[in-house]
Amino acid sequence: MTILTRRSFGALIGASAATLAAPSLLRANTTGRLVIIGGGFGGASAARFARITYPEVEVTLIEPYPTFITCPYGNLILGGKRELPQITHSYDGLRARGVTVLQDRAADIDPVAKSVRLASGADVGYDKLIVSPGIGLRWGAIEGYDEAAAQIFPHAWMGGDGSQITLLRQQLEALPEGGVVGLAIPGNPFRCPPGPYERISMIAHYLKQANPTAKILAFDAKEGFSKQGLFQDTWAELYGDMIEWVPGNQDGKIVRVDVENKLFISEFGEEHRVDVGNVIAPQFAAAIARDTGLADESGWVPVNSRTFEANAAADIHVIGDANIAAPLPKSGYIANSTSKTAVAAALAEMTGQPAPSDPVYFNTCYSHGGADYGFSVVGVFRPTDEGFAETPDSGGISPRGPLSELAENRRLEASYADAWYDSITRDMFS
Amino acid sequence: MTRISLIAAALGASLLAAPAFAEQPTPLIAQGCAGCHGQSGEGQGAVARIAGYDRDAFLAIWQEFRDNSRPATIMNRIAPGYTDEEVQILADYFASIQ
Repeated sequence: MTILTRRSFGALIGASAATLAAPSLLRANTTGRLVIIGGGFGGASAARFARITYPEVEVTLIEPYPTFITCPYGNLILGGKRELPQITHSYDGLRARGVTVLQDRAADIDPVAKSVRLASGADVGYDKLIVSPGIGLRWGAIEGYDEAAAQIFPHAWMGGDGSQITLLRQQLEALPEGGVVGLAIPGNPFRCPPGPYERISMIAHYLKQANPTAKILAFDAKEGFSKQGLFQDTWAELYGDMIEWVPGNQDGKIVRVDVENKLFISEFGEEHRVDVGNVIAPQFAAAIARDTGLADESGWVPVNSRTFEANAAADIHVIGDANIAAPLPKSGYIANSTSKTAVAAALAEMTGQPAPSDPVYFNTCYSHGGADYGFSVVGVFRPTDEGFAETPDSGGISPRGPLSELAENRRLEASYADAWYDSITRDMFS
Repeated sequence: MTRISLIAAALGASLLAAPAFAEQPTPLIAQGCAGCHGQSGEGQGAVARIAGYDRDAFLAIWQEFRDNSRPATIMNRIAPGYTDEEVQILADYFASIQ
C-alpha cells in the first residue's frame, strides 16, 4: 500500500476537481493526470505506454495535426518506394486505448498552476507533463530562408501536413533532364543525423531511373556525418558520379539563399544555381519549449538524464528531439525508448511504483541506400552523473566492404528497417 | 467494474491502484527491444520472434552474439551493451510470454 504524501494528495484533489469540471473526461479510479504535448515518436509512445502500464492514470495528448506523418521513411517517398498514406498514422488507436486526444496546439505552460494553455484558449490541468514537441526551424539563420522561401526550396524536415515532402517529390519529378538538385545540410545538433544522407541516397535512387544525367550537390556545414563511410561507399557503388558532397571546410556551408534566382550562396560567396533546392535549415527545440523558458540559450532543453525532468521546471519531462541528451541521437527510436523511462519516472510517485533505477536507452537508426540496400548504427546508452554516455565496447555501424561480399547483409538490414518501421509505429499508435 | 476497482474507488484510488492493477508489467529494459521485435517480442517481417523463447537458449545465443561467434547483422553490436543481469531479465521476460 502506498503512503499518501502531501504532494500526491494535492494531485488527487486536483484530479477530482478536473473530472468534476469536465464530465467527458470522467474515468473511474483516476489517480492523476498525465498530459503530453506532441503526438510524435516521443509523445505517442509515451501515451500508449502510460495507458498500458498505468491504467489508473488519465492521459491527455495535445497534438495540432489530425494525423502523424513520420519523418522516418519520408525519404522513401522521394525514392519512389513509399506513398504518403503509408507513412501517415491515425490517433484512433490511442483513443481506443482511452487517451484523450486534443487536436490543438499547446500555446503556453503554467508550471505553478500546472496547466497547459491551448491555442483555442482552454486550459488543461496536469499533475505530470511530458513535453515532446520536436523541433522548430531557425527561420532566417540562413539569410533569405523563411516560411515563404520554404514553398520554393522545401525543407521537408517536419512531417506536418505532408505538404513539404510532397512538394519536394513533385519538384524532383519535374526536374529538367540533367538538372541539379541542391541540398543544404546543417551543423550539429539536428534532427535525424543520418537523415540528409539517406535523402541524398533516395533522391539518387529515383534519379538513376528517371533522370540519370541529373546531379546532386550536397552542401554541408560540417566536415563529417553519421555513417559517413557507409554512405560514401553506397554512393560510389550505386550512383557513380551523380552525387557530390561538399563539406564545410571546402566552403560547403550555405549562408544565404535566393529563391527567385534559385541560388545557394556559400560562406565565401560562391553562388550555386540549383533547379531543385532542399534546405534542411538549422534547428532548435519547438517553440513551446523555448517560449516557456524550458530551453536554455542553446535553444534546446537541458534535462535530468535519469528522469528527463527539465532542469528549469519540476513535473515537466522533456523527451525527443527537443532535449539535450548527446550522445543520444535525435532519432525516433531514442524518442520512443526514452519516453518510457520518462513516463515511469514521472508517474512513480503518483502510482506508488518504483522509479527506474538504472535505465538503458536504446537506439538503432537504419538507413536505406538503395533498393534492398540497408545499413544501421546501433547505440546502447546510460545515464551518468554528468549526463549520458554510450556503453563501452557496444554499438557501432554495419560492416563496410564491397557489395559483392555484403549484398546479403545489406538486403537483410533493408528488411529489418521495414520491420522496424512497422513495429515502432505499432508501439506508438496501435 | 471489478470488485477491486470498487474498493479502490471507495478508499481513494491512489491507495490501492498500483499494486492492484499491476499485471506482469513489461520490464523497462525490454522496452528497447520493442522497436524492432514488437511490444511482446512477437517479431515482425524478417525480425525474429523472441516471445516464448527458451530461457537458456536465449542466454546462450545472446552470449554468441556478444562474443561474435554467431553470424549476425546487428545483434552482435547490441549484445555487448547489456550486463549479464539485464540479459537475464530479458531472457526471463521473453520466456514468460506465450
